[in-house]
Amino acid sequence: MPSLKDLRVRINSVKSTRKITSAMKMVAAAKLRRAQEQAEAARPFAERMERMLGSLAAGVDSGAGAPAMLAGTGRDQVHLLIVATADRGLCGAFNSSIVREARRQIRALLADGKKVKIFCVGRKGRDQLRREYESLIVDTVTDFQRPRLSFEGAARIAARVAELYEAGEFDVAKIIYNRFRSAIAQIVTVQQLIPFTPPAPAAGGNAAAVATGGGAPALYEYEPDEEQILSALLPRNLAVQVYRALLENNASEHGARMTAMDNATRNASDMIGKLTLVYNRSRQASITKELIEIISGAEAL
Amino acid sequence: MAETIGFELVSPERLLVAKPVEMVVVPGTEGDFGVMPRHAPMIATVRPGVIAIFEGGKVSERIFVAGGFAEVTGERCTVLAERAVPVADIDRAAVERKLKEDREAADAAEVEVGEAMLAAIDHPSYH
Repeated sequence: MPSLKDLRVRINSVKSTRKITSAMKMVAAAKLRRAQEQAEAARPFAERMERMLGSLAAGVDSGAGAPAMLAGTGRDQVHLLIVATADRGLCGAFNSSIVREARRQIRALLADGKKVKIFCVGRKGRDQLRREYESLIVDTVTDFQRPRLSFEGAARIAARVAELYEAGEFDVAKIIYNRFRSAIAQIVTVQQLIPFTPPAPAAGGNAAAVATGGGAPALYEYEPDEEQILSALLPRNLAVQVYRALLENNASEHGARMTAMDNATRNASDMIGKLTLVYNRSRQASITKELIEIISGAEAL
Repeated sequence: MAETIGFELVSPERLLVAKPVEMVVVPGTEGDFGVMPRHAPMIATVRPGVIAIFEGGKVSERIFVAGGFAEVTGERCTVLAERAVPVADIDRAAVERKLKEDREAADAAEVEVGEAMLAAIDHPSYH
């Protein structure tokens, strides 16, 4: 049975923990809102780029002339997994769910006899993967969210990936991140980046029709020719896709942290309630005990 | 009022400009091109240079872009640019400082952007 003093100390420590978690929850909520706005603002660019790519890719047949980022290397022997996690913890299962999916992918690929390389974005993913797959990690990027997540940061990551690809380091690249559904639900998503699969309407002359808003199919003029534009557009698109994934991840991270901190605050409150009950009971018990002692002492006289 | 075409300037981080204009001149890789309503559909790459927006018969806005892509349809002109600044907001001293650093680092692409920026301040085209 802990003493009254122990209980008091305990209650106070849980109270200060609750203060911290509720402050973190508030901060996460504010950051989540900002992250959502940022993700929203980035949408027009991604949409328009997708539309352009769709119509371009439809024009260029994926034969010998197509850029390598679209056509692939013709093999799928070496896979690059870009594991995007957060730099910081205390956000529930956010990081571990990504890492779990990454592990699953790695095991499946290795079982198929493929080679796997890992590109870690975010400190937490690296820390967790390093234990098991140290030798597979080719590069790590951390602190990319400071002072804030920017397109330039994403472009740097994309440039690094493109460099590795041109050096023939891998054949297929996939990014693993958490897609933001709501503050409570984040969905682990695996998206293939290289070779790039153009959006659905690219089939046939469909894309051009979509581009003009459903009117008669527009035949674009290209300046310079399609292939040159495409080879300039694809690396940019890679950056955009990485940026988009990081934005989703960022929103998910703050959402997950908000939920986790909300739970932590509630648990702390529950705990304080229980401890206060125990405290009051034992205080009452000691008072009763003292009374009994006095009364029985008086009676004995 | 003359016929207009929807012009959009988009950066990866946000939509910068979206409004109907009479004409817009885009610095294409293979030369500047003006886009007016009912222009033929076209996709082009953009070099570092100035986008001039025409309203009411004269240039209403000049925006510097550091390269990108342009998509033109009969009723729309969309420019995707990674960096864009209104020419009036360019800080000459900062550009010159950066240009010097880039020259030292032999970063050809950045040097081109810097030089184009200076040219944009010194020689405004399309009066």
